[in-house]
Amino acid sequence: MESLSQFYAVYGSLINFIGINAILALSLYVTLSAGQLSLGNAAFAGIGAYASGILTMRFNMPYPVSIAAGAGLSAITALVIGMPVLRMRGIFLAMATLAFGEVVRIAAVNMDITGGAQGLVGIPNKTTTYIIYGVLAATTYFLSILRGSKIGWSLASIREDETAAMVMGINTSYYKTLAFVLGAFIAGIAGAIYAHLNFIVTPGEFGFYAAVQLLIYNIVGGRQSVYGPILGAFILTALPEVLRGAGVTAGSLRLGVNGLILLLVILYLPNGLIFIFNRKVGGNAGRSGGEVQSEV
Amino acid sequence: MFLEFEKICRSFGGVNALLRVSFYVEAGTIHGLIGPNGSGKTTLINVVSGLTESDSGRLLFDGVGIHRLPPYRIAALGVARTFQNIRLFSNLTCLENVIAGQHLRVGRALLPRLLRLPSARLEERQSRQDARGCLSRVGIENRALVPAGSLSYGERRRLEIARALALRPRLLLLDEPIAGMRQREIEEMESLFRSLVQAGVTILLIEHNMPFIMRLCSRITVLHFGQTLTTGTPEEVAGHPEVIEAYLGVEG
Repeated sequence: MESLSQFYAVYGSLINFIGINAILALSLYVTLSAGQLSLGNAAFAGIGAYASGILTMRFNMPYPVSIAAGAGLSAITALVIGMPVLRMRGIFLAMATLAFGEVVRIAAVNMDITGGAQGLVGIPNKTTTYIIYGVLAATTYFLSILRGSKIGWSLASIREDETAAMVMGINTSYYKTLAFVLGAFIAGIAGAIYAHLNFIVTPGEFGFYAAVQLLIYNIVGGRQSVYGPILGAFILTALPEVLRGAGVTAGSLRLGVNGLILLLVILYLPNGLIFIFNRKVGGNAGRSGGEVQSEV
Repeated sequence: MFLEFEKICRSFGGVNALLRVSFYVEAGTIHGLIGPNGSGKTTLINVVSGLTESDSGRLLFDGVGIHRLPPYRIAALGVARTFQNIRLFSNLTCLENVIAGQHLRVGRALLPRLLRLPSARLEERQSRQDARGCLSRVGIENRALVPAGSLSYGERRRLEIARALALRPRLLLLDEPIAGMRQREIEEMESLFRSLVQAGVTILLIEHNMPFIMRLCSRITVLHFGQTLTTGTPEEVAGHPEVIEAYLGVEG
């Protein structure tokens, strides 16, 4: 028991970050499951983080209300920008959401209420490891059920072939927007609980690098199962610490190792690392309708 | 009239893909659509399913004007289709393809599933049973758990029909459904289409296989450069001098 608490004392913050990154990875998983490549999810997390932080600090809102409001604002923003943006496909959608992410970052730098470039400082530390993993568990359960629901099947159909999905009676704009908004909501929750973990949030944390990182979690872990992005987030968040333990400390080398892992996964395991564990499950049409193989 | 085209026009940058196309399809029949390549057959099917908007004209399905409706609304009226170039969800299994096709019929509501209610489990079981039924209807129930991408060409065409049947259509649009099929498969499809019509489905069918069309269709419309050359029974169409000249060739 003592060794466990010692472990937590050393690695507690790492464990927390793994959980938050996993939730963020899942937020993008939702959007990707409809075949929509969004690079805006980091910005949605930023909106959730700032909104909830401001509500707690300036308006003395209770923690759950701040979190819900932050996620809600994130979802509403996604709804507003989703309508025009989701008319675009593939790389154009990625570029539009990327631009949106930059707008959010620059807005955070230039507004007074967000604390400018220094960031929002002094957010009460209310998030615990239990809360993070509770949210992660709830999100995982929700998404695994979503997969077998009408929404999940619609998203899979759109990802596979949008034209065929249309003539099957799927309102593709509606479901694409739904996936986008749901992803933003989950990202907003993650951002909001992150803000209350960290005392401070700064605009740079939600920029391009973070957006791409979420995509890498999904690619490395795998997008065929809800556990894939979690695995990706776990490995790539824990890896620097593991490397540090092995005596490798260089920061730039760390990015290189990340890149190497990404490359190897794309080349040799296009379905992601989860496929190593998942081969059996993926092979049959399971209860929740496990899709087989990659969409790439 | 079950499906009625009234002066449907559609041009693609100066090319008249469809020019004042007018004919009707009778309920509970198989209606053939023939014509040389580029005569507008697929465009016409696209107009019916809502993928291509017509420039002018009216299209009535069971008395409802559908020429301005989006594809999903048209599907909701009971119109299903297959594609000439086959659009399956190739990463999903055959069974999953058909389940996806049940979109309009099976609720799959989220809340009962989150709460793991028995009703959700029952619905799921029935939906899977139903999907297997669709697969066996086209004769590929033994391929249920195989990814659609690994099917043979003929099996893909069958699966696409099975997925369309999952919608329980009143009108089925088939774009070259037997292209690339072997003789035995063609005969199976023939009896499938007949049984569908007996069950009350109306079929509008594009096909190049003339003996097949002549055997199966009660009426046939001939398109030529986007215009309706004629509509009539197989005998009338086969004996029509302009059709022979434009399409069947002098030899017939």
